[in-house]
Amino acid sequence: MIRPLAAALVAALAIGGAQAAPADSSASSSTSRSGNSFTQDPYPSTYQRIAAAPVLISGATVLTGTGQRLDGADVLLQDGKVVAVGTGLQAPAGATRVDGTGKWVTPGLIDVHSHLGVYPSPGVSAHSDGNEMTAPTTPNVWAEHSIWPQDPGFATALAGGITSLQILPGSANLIGGRGVTLKNVAATTYQAMKFPGAPWGLKMACGENPKRVYGQKSGPATRMGNVAGYRAAFIDASEYLRKNGGKKAADDGQPKKKRWWQSSSDNSDSEKDTGGKRDLKLDTLAGAINGDILVHIHCYRADEMAVMLDLAKEFGFKVAAFHHGVEAYKLADRLAAENVCGALWADWWGFKMEAFDGIQENIALVDRPPNSCAIVHSDSGEGIQRLNQEAAKAMAHAKLAGIDIPPERAIRWMTQNAAKALGIVEKTGTLEPGKMGDVVVWNGNPFSVYAHAEQVYIDGARVFDRNDRSRQPLSDFMLGQGASAGTSTGGVE
Amino acid sequence: MRRFIEFRRSRHNRLVDSFELACCERDAGWSNWGWSNWSSPTRSFLLIGLLLASMGAGAQELLIRNATVHTATAQGTLKNADVLVSGGTIRAVGTGLSAPAGAQVIDAQGRPVTPTLFGGITEIGLEEVSGEKDTVDDTLALGAETKQMTVRPEFDVTLAFNPDSILIPVTRIEGIGWTLLGAGTATGGSIVAGQGGIVRLDGSADPIGPRELFLRIGGDAAGLSGNSRAAQWMILDQLIDEVRGRISPDANAALLTPAGRATLAKYLNGGGRVVVQVNRAADIRQLLRWSARHNVRIAIAGGAEAWRVAPMLASAKVPVFVDPLGNLPMDFDQIGATMENAARLRAAGVQVGFTQSGDASHNARKIRQLAGNAVANGLPWEDGLAGLTRVPAETFGVADRLGSIAPGKRADLVMWSGDPLEVNAVALQVWMDGRAIPMRSRQTELRDRYLKTAAPAADGGMPRAYPASGR
Repeated sequence: MIRPLAAALVAALAIGGAQAAPADSSASSSTSRSGNSFTQDPYPSTYQRIAAAPVLISGATVLTGTGQRLDGADVLLQDGKVVAVGTGLQAPAGATRVDGTGKWVTPGLIDVHSHLGVYPSPGVSAHSDGNEMTAPTTPNVWAEHSIWPQDPGFATALAGGITSLQILPGSANLIGGRGVTLKNVAATTYQAMKFPGAPWGLKMACGENPKRVYGQKSGPATRMGNVAGYRAAFIDASEYLRKNGGKKAADDGQPKKKRWWQSSSDNSDSEKDTGGKRDLKLDTLAGAINGDILVHIHCYRADEMAVMLDLAKEFGFKVAAFHHGVEAYKLADRLAAENVCGALWADWWGFKMEAFDGIQENIALVDRPPNSCAIVHSDSGEGIQRLNQEAAKAMAHAKLAGIDIPPERAIRWMTQNAAKALGIVEKTGTLEPGKMGDVVVWNGNPFSVYAHAEQVYIDGARVFDRNDRSRQPLSDFMLGQGASAGTSTGGVE
Repeated sequence: MRRFIEFRRSRHNRLVDSFELACCERDAGWSNWGWSNWSSPTRSFLLIGLLLASMGAGAQELLIRNATVHTATAQGTLKNADVLVSGGTIRAVGTGLSAPAGAQVIDAQGRPVTPTLFGGITEIGLEEVSGEKDTVDDTLALGAETKQMTVRPEFDVTLAFNPDSILIPVTRIEGIGWTLLGAGTATGGSIVAGQGGIVRLDGSADPIGPRELFLRIGGDAAGLSGNSRAAQWMILDQLIDEVRGRISPDANAALLTPAGRATLAKYLNGGGRVVVQVNRAADIRQLLRWSARHNVRIAIAGGAEAWRVAPMLASAKVPVFVDPLGNLPMDFDQIGATMENAARLRAAGVQVGFTQSGDASHNARKIRQLAGNAVANGLPWEDGLAGLTRVPAETFGVADRLGSIAPGKRADLVMWSGDPLEVNAVALQVWMDGRAIPMRSRQTELRDRYLKTAAPAADGGMPRAYPASGR
C-alpha cells in the first residue's frame, strides 16, 4: 500500500463514513477550512448495500486478487463482506449455495478510467457532459455533477463483471476536474452509487489534447504552454494552501523537506493569512497536494510522464496513475520505483502522434519490475465490458515475447492494482476476509473470448445473473424501446 | 456515430470533429484452450528463425504437415491435414501428402492453420496517424461546408494506397492478410463517399478484384443531406436520374461530373457492389426497397439493428458486416444494438461478416476479437471464421483467390498458437503466396529494444538508441 494513499483513505473515511454512509455523515462540512478539509463533501454518498443472505460459492478456481490461485476453493460472503476463502467452508444457516464446479471466481473488476454517465449512450449533444472546455484549467468542476445514472452502459459494464469504476472528466483540459469512484449499482441518483469513503481523483492531461483544444483560442498551443499552465495553477494552489493551514505533515518518517512556498517558520499558517474567499479550483488542487485527492494523469509519452513526475515533486503532490500511457513501457522501472501505476490499453495505438509507439507488450513490461502497478483500463463503454479480454490479449503477446504471466497475476491488473490507484484497496479489489463482497463468478477461465461473467455480486448481493432475467438491470432509458415492433430491446440480453 | 472520449478516429465519426469527446478443436471445450497446445516461446522463435533462413532461398514449394486445417470451405475443418503449396498457390489439401524434392516442410504439430484473415473495412495504407491530416487520404471534401455538397463517386481511395505503411506489417503479423479500403464521408463531401477496393497486405502496390462504392445512410449522415435522412433517398434518386439521362448534365441541379456518371452507372443493374453504412432498421428497410428498385447489389456495414429485418435481408441476399461488440445504443439509430446481432442474422440465413467501428485501421487486428465475441454470443464457430474469410471474399469479388484453403487459391496462410478466434491465441507464422512473412513490425522492434535491460551509462552502456545497447 502506498503511504499517501493510505493517508487519503483515512482522511476520506473520516468524512464519508463507512458502508452505507447515512446522508448526515457530512456534518463536518461546516468545519473551518484548514488542514485536509479541502475534501468536504456536500454531496455525500447515499449508497446502501442490498441486504442478502450469506452466499457460499464452492469448489471453484479462485483468483484472490492478491496473486494467489486456489483450485477447488470456496468463497463465503456474509453481511456484505468476504468472510472466508479456502476449502471445506461451512455454509451458515440460510446461505445461498452456488456450485462453483468448473467456474472461476475473481474479485469484482474495477475500471479506473470510465466516462459512463458523463458521455453516456446514446451520445446525444444534450448529454455530452464530460469536458468543461471553456478554460484549460478547471479543477473546480466535479465529474459526478455530470453523471446521468440512466446511462445503459452501467448495466452492460456490470454484465462484464465491473463492480467499481472511476468516472473522470475528459482530457481536453490541462486540469479537467475531480473524478468520482462509483459502485456499479443501478440507481436513480449518482449519490446512491458513490463509493462510500473513496477519495476523489484529479484528472489532468498531457500533450496533444489540451493544445489542440485551446491552441486556436486562449492557449496553451504548445507542450511548453501546457507545463506553464500546470505550474501556474499549482503556484496558486500552494499559496492558497499556505494561507489555509498548510500542507499536511507527512507521516512517512522522512525528514521534512522545505518547499519553496513554505515560509521560513514551520508555523507557516499565520493567523492573519488565513481566510479569503473559498476557491473551488484551489480546494481541489490543495486537496491533491495534501494527498487527499488522487492525481490521475492522461499522458501518452514517456518523456512527458517524466516531466509530470518532476512537476509533482516541484509542488509536493503524488501521481497515483498515468492513464493511456502507451509509452509507459519505456519508463517502467521508474514508474515502479516511484509507486506510480500505469493504466493502459492492450492494443490501441496510432490514432494520433503521441500514440504512435504503442506496443501490445506495454502492460506486461510495466508489470515486470518489482513493486509495479500495471492496470488494464478502458476509457470506453465497449472496452469496460471486457477488461478480462484486454488482459488476455496482453498475456498472449507477453507470452510470445517470452514473459509468462499466470492468471492469478494478471487478474490484479483490474482488481488489486486498480483499487490501489483509486485508494480503495483497503475495502475492495481482493478476496480477503473483511473486504467488500464484490465478486464475479465466471463460466470458466476469464482470460478467454468465450468467458462470461455469470454472476456478479456487489457487497454480497447478486446484482447480475446471466441466467436470471430478474437479476439483470435495465436503465429507464431502455424501457419500451422497440415496443412498437413487438421486439425486445438490445443491451446485454 | 461511435464516439470515443479519447481521440480514436473512426470511419464512423467523420461528421463531427469530436476529438474531445475529445478451431480449433472446439470439441475440447474452450476452457481447455490454454497454452498446452503451444510450443514454448523459444521453440516458436526457433521455428520462425528456420522459416526466415529459408526465405531468401526463394522457397517456392512448401508443405505444412499435421495441421488442423480450417479450410473455410464446405470441407470445414480437417484434422492432421497437410497443405501443399507450389508457385505461391495451394496445390493440394489432404492427409499424407508427400513433399516434393526440395520443398520446405513445416510440422504444425496439430496447430490450427487458416487462410489469412480479412481485416475489415479500413484505411490501412491510407492513413498513417489518424490525428495528422496530412497522413490521411480516405475522405473527400471538395466543398467547404455542408451546403456545398460535392458528389464524386469516381473518387477512388486506392490511388492513395501506400504499401510501405507501417500499419501493414503491424497488421499482417497478426494473421490479417487483406482488407477492404473504404472511402469515408465528411462535411464538404456527400453521402456517396467514393470507391475502395481489396488490397493484400504483402507489400504489393495495387488493389485486387473489383472496386466497391461506399454509401452512408442514416441520422449521423443527415448533415450531408440537408439535415434530413429522407433527403438521402431524394439525392440518390436524382443521381440515378442523372446517370440515366433524365436530368441534363447542364441542368443547374446536376451533381455529377461525366466521370461520376460513368462510375455510378457501373453500380446499377446488378453491377459492382455498393457497401452501405447504415444502422437503423427503418433505414435498412428503405435501403432494401431502393436497391431492389434500381437493381443495386449492396452489402451493409454496421447494421446495428439489422437483426430486426433479418428475414428481408436473407431473402434479398444482402451480406451484413457487423461489429458484434457494439451492443450499446450509441445513437438513436442503434437503440436495438445487441451482441447477438450476428447470431440472429445468421440464424435467419443472412451471410455475416465483420468490420470494426472503432479505429479499424491501426487496430485492425482486433477483428478476431469481434468474431470471437459473436461466437460467444451464439454464432456458430464456423460462421465466425467465415465472417473473416469466405463471406468477405465472396462479397467483394475475390473468392477465386482469397478466403479459403483449397487447391488453386493463393497460399496466404496463418498458423496459430490456438483457436484463431481467441484473444489468448496469436499468429505464429504467416505465409503470403507461400512465402513466410518475417514476423516483424515497427512494434516488435520497439518491444525488443525495451525488452532488454539497458546497461547503465556509468558502466559505459550506450543508450537504447544504439543497436547493441542491451545486454
